[in-house]
Amino acid sequence: MATVTANPPRLGLPGLLKNRAVQKLFLLALAAAILVPLANARWASGTWPSALTVDFSEPLAKASDWIIDNRDSHPLFLYFFGHVSNVVVIAVRAVYLTLLAVGWAGVTAIGALVAWRVAGVKLALGTAAAFLACGLLGMWVPTMQTLALMVVAVLASVVVGALLGLAAGLSDRMDRMLRPVLDTMQVLPAFAYLLPVVLVFGIGVPAAVLATVIYAAPPMARLTSLGLRGADKEVLEAVESLGSTARQRLLTARIPLARKELLLGLNQTIMMALSMAVIAAVIGAGGLGDRVYQALASVDVGAALAAGIPIVLLAVVLDRVTGAAGEKLGAEPEPHSGRGWLFALAGVVAVAVAGRLAGRLDWPDSWVVGIAEPVNRAVDWMTAHLYSGVPVVGGTADWAGHFTTWVLDPVRDGLQALPWWAVLLIVAALAWVIGTWRTALTAVLAMAAIGVLGVWKPSLDTLSQVLAAVAVTLVVGFAVGIAAARSDRLERALRPVLDVFQTMPQFVYLIPVVALFGVGRAPAVAAAIVYALPAVVRITTQGLRQVDPSVMEASGSLGATSWQQLRQVQLPLARPALLLAVNQGLVLVLAVVVIGGLVGGGALGYDVVFGLAQGDLATGLVAGAAIVCLGLMLDRVTQPTERRAKKGA
Amino acid sequence: MRIRKTAVIAAASSLALLTGCGAADMTKQASPFANAQGAKTVTLSVQSWVGAQSNVAVAQYILEHELGYRVDTVQVDEVPAWDALSQGRVDALLEDWGHPEQEQRYVKDKKTIAAGGGLGVTGHIGWFVPTYLAKQHPDITNWKNLNKYADLFRTPESGNKGQLMDGSPSYVTNDKALVKNLKLDYQVVFAGSEAAQITQMKQFAKEKKPFLTYWYSPQWLFKKVPMTEVKLPPYKEGCDADPEKVACAYPHTPLQKYLNADFAKKGGKAAAFLKKFRWTTEDQNEVSLMIADKKMTPEDAAKKWVDSHESTWRKWLS
Repeated sequence: MATVTANPPRLGLPGLLKNRAVQKLFLLALAAAILVPLANARWASGTWPSALTVDFSEPLAKASDWIIDNRDSHPLFLYFFGHVSNVVVIAVRAVYLTLLAVGWAGVTAIGALVAWRVAGVKLALGTAAAFLACGLLGMWVPTMQTLALMVVAVLASVVVGALLGLAAGLSDRMDRMLRPVLDTMQVLPAFAYLLPVVLVFGIGVPAAVLATVIYAAPPMARLTSLGLRGADKEVLEAVESLGSTARQRLLTARIPLARKELLLGLNQTIMMALSMAVIAAVIGAGGLGDRVYQALASVDVGAALAAGIPIVLLAVVLDRVTGAAGEKLGAEPEPHSGRGWLFALAGVVAVAVAGRLAGRLDWPDSWVVGIAEPVNRAVDWMTAHLYSGVPVVGGTADWAGHFTTWVLDPVRDGLQALPWWAVLLIVAALAWVIGTWRTALTAVLAMAAIGVLGVWKPSLDTLSQVLAAVAVTLVVGFAVGIAAARSDRLERALRPVLDVFQTMPQFVYLIPVVALFGVGRAPAVAAAIVYALPAVVRITTQGLRQVDPSVMEASGSLGATSWQQLRQVQLPLARPALLLAVNQGLVLVLAVVVIGGLVGGGALGYDVVFGLAQGDLATGLVAGAAIVCLGLMLDRVTQPTERRAKKGA
Repeated sequence: MRIRKTAVIAAASSLALLTGCGAADMTKQASPFANAQGAKTVTLSVQSWVGAQSNVAVAQYILEHELGYRVDTVQVDEVPAWDALSQGRVDALLEDWGHPEQEQRYVKDKKTIAAGGGLGVTGHIGWFVPTYLAKQHPDITNWKNLNKYADLFRTPESGNKGQLMDGSPSYVTNDKALVKNLKLDYQVVFAGSEAAQITQMKQFAKEKKPFLTYWYSPQWLFKKVPMTEVKLPPYKEGCDADPEKVACAYPHTPLQKYLNADFAKKGGKAAAFLKKFRWTTEDQNEVSLMIADKKMTPEDAAKKWVDSHESTWRKWLS
């Protein structure tokens, strides 16, 4: 709002121009009227002019060759990357061997008792059940491998993230430098940087851990900095007046005051790291992700699900336990909490020793329940009956066909038929009207960068898929979100479903999606919708529920119907939340563009997969960079001014 | 200020700690999950298709049950597998479909990978139509007639052209160039992964719909969905040299095994066994069908094959 009041309407202008948005568009039109004929005269072509592209393929291919040839001799690798890689291998191995030595009973006991101390009895039982379920599914050893990798990756992410956050929280200059980097990292799809990491570290666990750290550290950095900056000024002044040094202030006041944000950061980091578990399997991380990936190769949905469920369980348990720990922070410490920990420790030792003595360290084979077959039968039945020939509504294959012909094709062809400067103008107009001239500039530059990279056409193809997917996601997401905001029972029922869809590795539902929608862009869009929908539903529900109840009551007492209330009170008041939902929907849909490449989505997603599969740095990295640019552009275009302002606070 | 200074010192000293203690050769690092319980370990790379899974399953079963090794498997595509093999991250690649560039770099120049002999299976890539379609239109199996039938293969994805379905980006393919150079009215649609391609082919076959696809043998799916190859202009040595100008069929490739050079020298019984490992297309298909169609675990399938083919695998151990 500040920007509106800062510019008082100029006198003498026609009434229409008093509107801020119209002013911006007018200025933009003016600029366009001058620049477009110039650009058009110089580079007259529909798509991005080839004179304005830079070919990166040769330098990239050279860089890739240099790395491969020097990887085992150059000092940079021997004395730096080699040690980094060594440390990672040793750390993961140490954790893994410890987990195996403690045995399944011991690990379950540790999990349950920690959950009990931190979050109460209910979650302790849930944790124990989750670990036992991993064993029952026959996934004990892969679960431990993934857990070992996660422990190391999360610790490293927390250290790196906290250090960066500390720097940004204490120094304004660091903050200004780090913020755009962290902003970019948030829209960076994980697949995009697997390739460079693999090139340097080779296939295997070190590369997987490092890719996970790059992905999971930014939220920790962001929230640490936010927590340090958000500390109550009065408290700090009080501490300062006591004559404490800067370091004392940091350790005794600022960090303790920020612990809620720090824990939230930990929670976010863990979730991000777990969501990388499967993607990292593509570069040899092993563990559960590898099982999912191998099951995909033999088109075995059931086996993929059996390895996917432990990931979901781990994610839900860790999310709830760290979340509960965060909520408990504000509360009074319980009496005898030291004794409770002592009991917990004794319990763990007893169970672990008992497990050892009984010689039952490995999960017994006879206790494994095979779920693969019934799941496969169910999926076969479903796809066989829904694929085609359903009376009246037609089968899913027909829907997919119509969606491709009537929605995806026109949008793609339309975008690709637009002259390049028109695309830039549209981006500028949208971003400026919704945000500020800064966001508009970033968005236009990002879009132009795509052209310079020489992937204009495939990027617009990908953009058309993203737009179509977001449109469907928003329609469905808002509808479900509104329904959930109005009914507590529905919201409770939805919660586990959303949890599962948010954490289930996307590889698991690739096959059912293809079986239902065929190969092509339609299943890619479907996979993206499944992935982005939960977040949109959540944000919508939360936004609507936060609308002041007294306003609702007031409007109710004035005789507004429930529909009128929704349309005229709730939705306008929840506008920031809805805009955030749009923004998140876009970012999430873009994050699975690469997954879409695995089911026939083509365009940039396929190029990234191709680069990874063929070790082709030029194709993969350029496509990855283009996805990042698209992400930046879409993020800026949908970034309302309010969010900027809030971030600056 | 002091904080920044301490941070700098901390960063510098940790860097010194990391780099100060001599060189660390990344090529000498094994997987952290290897040797977990003090056993000798061999790491095999598995490619994303089932035939490769079958090779590895049987090799793994024999290594574990006859030779007393522990076997780790890593799922990785062919080209990255060459790189991993060179670094010693994996010990063996059991089914390679021909990568002359990599062979030149790693086997001949860097000598970090050693050839491990033939797998005994001959691979062939081609264009296929389902046999039910070939019976309806016998002349469809010649590329010259493909344009006549382009309408049959139309899908929403290919627009007003016929659809030629390609698979995983890791596979060797010249299809885009072929379509262009043979002036075919077709659009190459990349399924993006073998799983997606197989799922789509099965759905088409269930409804007896026409489809044209890039496919390869040996492959278990032929037993489930019988397919007939479309004849392309015959392959001649060197006709695929320029990837832009290819206008001929794919060659028949004897599939090769490759071992990490150090492992080949010092790998003892395991290396000797993997060098001798050699079976037929029928053997591989038998195991593949058990895995992919009967949904047996690779281990069970391998056990079943090993139990009934003792004379074959005994020779690999001598």
